[in-house]
Amino acid sequence: MTRWLPAVAATLFALAIWQAVVSLTDLPRFILPGPVLVAETWWQSRWLIAEHTAVTALEVLIGLACGAVLGVATALQLASSRIARVLVQPMLVFTQALPVFALAPILTLWLGYGLWSKVAMAVLIIYFPITAAFFDGLMRTPVGYLDLARTMQASPRAVLWHIRVPAALPQLASGLRLAAVYAPIGAVIGEWVGASKGLGYLMLLANGRAKTDLMFAAMLTLGVLSVLLHLAMRRATRRMAGER
Amino acid sequence: MTPAPAITVAGSASIDGARLFAPLTLTLEAAQWTCLLGGSGVGKSTVLRLIAGLETGAEFSGAITASDDAPVLKRVAYMAQDDLLLPWATVAQNVGLGARLRGEQVDRARLDDLLRRVRLTAHAAKRPAELSGGQRQRVALARTLMEDKPVVLLDEPFSALDARTRADMQELAAELLAGRTVLLVTHDPAEAARLGHSIQVMTAAGLTPVAPPTAQIPRAVDDAATLECQAALLRMLREGVQ
Repeated sequence: MTRWLPAVAATLFALAIWQAVVSLTDLPRFILPGPVLVAETWWQSRWLIAEHTAVTALEVLIGLACGAVLGVATALQLASSRIARVLVQPMLVFTQALPVFALAPILTLWLGYGLWSKVAMAVLIIYFPITAAFFDGLMRTPVGYLDLARTMQASPRAVLWHIRVPAALPQLASGLRLAAVYAPIGAVIGEWVGASKGLGYLMLLANGRAKTDLMFAAMLTLGVLSVLLHLAMRRATRRMAGER
Repeated sequence: MTPAPAITVAGSASIDGARLFAPLTLTLEAAQWTCLLGGSGVGKSTVLRLIAGLETGAEFSGAITASDDAPVLKRVAYMAQDDLLLPWATVAQNVGLGARLRGEQVDRARLDDLLRRVRLTAHAAKRPAELSGGQRQRVALARTLMEDKPVVLLDEPFSALDARTRADMQELAAELLAGRTVLLVTHDPAEAARLGHSIQVMTAAGLTPVAPPTAQIPRAVDDAATLECQAALLRMLREGVQ
């Protein structure tokens, strides 16, 4: 109970400020709806929101799985081959200097309006944090372990599996935790550009019809989804991060 | 284990053209403890790392040879000041690390025997974080012995331990490493006086051999000749050897 108390208090505090702003400024409800109205709308539209949430959640989960597999594979490849580092690393850094969401329209063109253009967007956004975090961990193996392995005549492959990978798991865990927060953003960007389902689509639709209360309800649902995903990822990677 | 050979290091080392140590010849007598004593930065760890085939950052010109003319590299086991235990692996897994890294079957009977000899049988399933510093260094010693190599290189393995644990570890190591060619690099005159069949003081000028006490190793901490040797070694280190 005491663990949740601060979170509950902070939420109530934020809601109070929100309600205070609405009451004091007396803004029309299509500019800024109050929390009570948003809650009512949320309850009335719960099945609609749930349907779209399920679509976004599926995109995010597939995106996370694909991004994690790709990121881990890239980091392993980079860590075990100097040639790969020379050829791929600069490109990887350069792609981070590009605003990847600018690719969203073209992804829709390539992959269609359905699930996969959103998955691709989520993957694009989380691929780098996962790759960078794990790769960094793989390259920072304490040098004493490597010395010891050398005197034991270990092959580079054995050193990678038995020493470098386990030593880098805490960094991979931080990469995955970051990715859990970024992935929903990627999926929603994909939905904004072209979709007929999903929370991003619902937000855009509600906005267009001046249903600001529905937009807020969808947005807050997305926020809750991201937080839950982050907490789940935290839990799932606890052993990996070396926490008890 | 194959019979322990004598090892000879002959040569000099430099870092970016600057001399690290002058031409020297160090012979580790077969099945004996050689203590290489010196202050920080004289290159004593470099000598050890050269024998182990590890990266030193220095340029070595010379040769490292074994008395039986067989290659040295695959016949050394290495133990450092840091216990280098893998935190995610259990005590038993750490002790069996070498075999796992080479893709070989771990010899369970031998592993159990070694754990018993370093008095860690009850801790076999624990992780290193649950052990004390002395226990961790005993695991590292068991891991070194598990390799069963005729040449053992010890790079200040006891220097981070408290005085009592250090004395215990010195005795345990002397007992368990008997019959192997051991190089102990240390900055502690007391340690060199207790453990060296042969003692070499290393300074920028080179090596100076010092006659060790006549008692068997491990020599008693309160043995008069050992204390005298310790004092002489400390004097040499402070004066920089004439």
